[in-house]
Amino acid sequence: MADWHMLTLVGADRPGIVAGVTQAIFAAGGSLGEASMIRLGGNFTIMLMAAVEGGEARLRDALAPVAADMDLRLHIDPVAGGLHQHLIPNVQVRVTGADRAGIVAEITGALAGVGFNILELDSDVAGDPRRPVYLMHIQGYSDQPIEALEAAVAPIRASGIAVDIAPVETLIG
Amino acid sequence: MAVLDILTLPDERLRRVAEPVTIFDEALRAFIADLEETRRSGPAAVGIAATQVDVLKRIVIVDVSGRKNTPNHGYLVLINPEIVHWEGYETAREGCLSVPDYTGNVIRATRIRLTANDPWGRPLELEMEGYEARAVQHEMDHLDGTLFVDRVVSRRTDLFRRKVYQKGGQPKGG
Repeated sequence: MADWHMLTLVGADRPGIVAGVTQAIFAAGGSLGEASMIRLGGNFTIMLMAAVEGGEARLRDALAPVAADMDLRLHIDPVAGGLHQHLIPNVQVRVTGADRAGIVAEITGALAGVGFNILELDSDVAGDPRRPVYLMHIQGYSDQPIEALEAAVAPIRASGIAVDIAPVETLIG
Repeated sequence: MAVLDILTLPDERLRRVAEPVTIFDEALRAFIADLEETRRSGPAAVGIAATQVDVLKRIVIVDVSGRKNTPNHGYLVLINPEIVHWEGYETAREGCLSVPDYTGNVIRATRIRLTANDPWGRPLELEMEGYEARAVQHEMDHLDGTLFVDRVVSRRTDLFRRKVYQKGGQPKGG
């Protein structure tokens, strides 16, 4: 098995980006691993694990035509690790408040201060464009009790940002 | 008793629809004992379905009594279970003995009423909620060849669906 690389591709959203990128890797004999792909602010963004004999140079050659054709910016990094290394989140944090600079930095800073490990984060700006609302959902792992996380974000709540912290329990059936 | 082999994805046998149980005999009860021993032998599973051990009979076991502050009916063997009423919905994370190394968010009804038979064929009627109701729905899905991976949603999708369910149509502005 070839070593894994992390591909980052970003470009103005249009139909066919995923098909073009993945067909190019497949045609080069590559394999895909875990991926996160989402439209952000009108751009389509791809973070994708890929492995191919020949490594970065082979990936770059394979992807150059589709990147040029679809006007995608491409970045490739070798990565340690691999598949089957999932961590299961045990805490969910939901944040809502009038949009202003610093919300993410404050919340994540407070959580990092008590050792919280973010596994997934998505955020959005919604509401009336004249009165935008920031929404953020985080799932992560903490070995601290919920009370410790609550205490860490208490000063941020006092500033008018709603922060809901709840345990996530995974049912195994 | 014996610990049985658990089928794992992508084994196509997990996709078959199980048949109703019609004979409630000692052989059935011996199988249920094996199924329970199998559930207890692996990761901390709160339920198991016969389909997962390649037995196509409508039998599930659920036991969430080990979870703190959780309404429950204790150790439950549900044969030929049918959900006759459900209400509410919520999203929570699930995993499965048949899908190692993967968990995902799934929408389930929060309250259900169901009918079933016990291991002697006697009728049961149960009402349950929350975690126990989720576990029963997860296991009953196996009897129809459905896995939780067929129901996984992203939180963004979940938010959209909530609006649809609550309003009975597409979300509206204003």
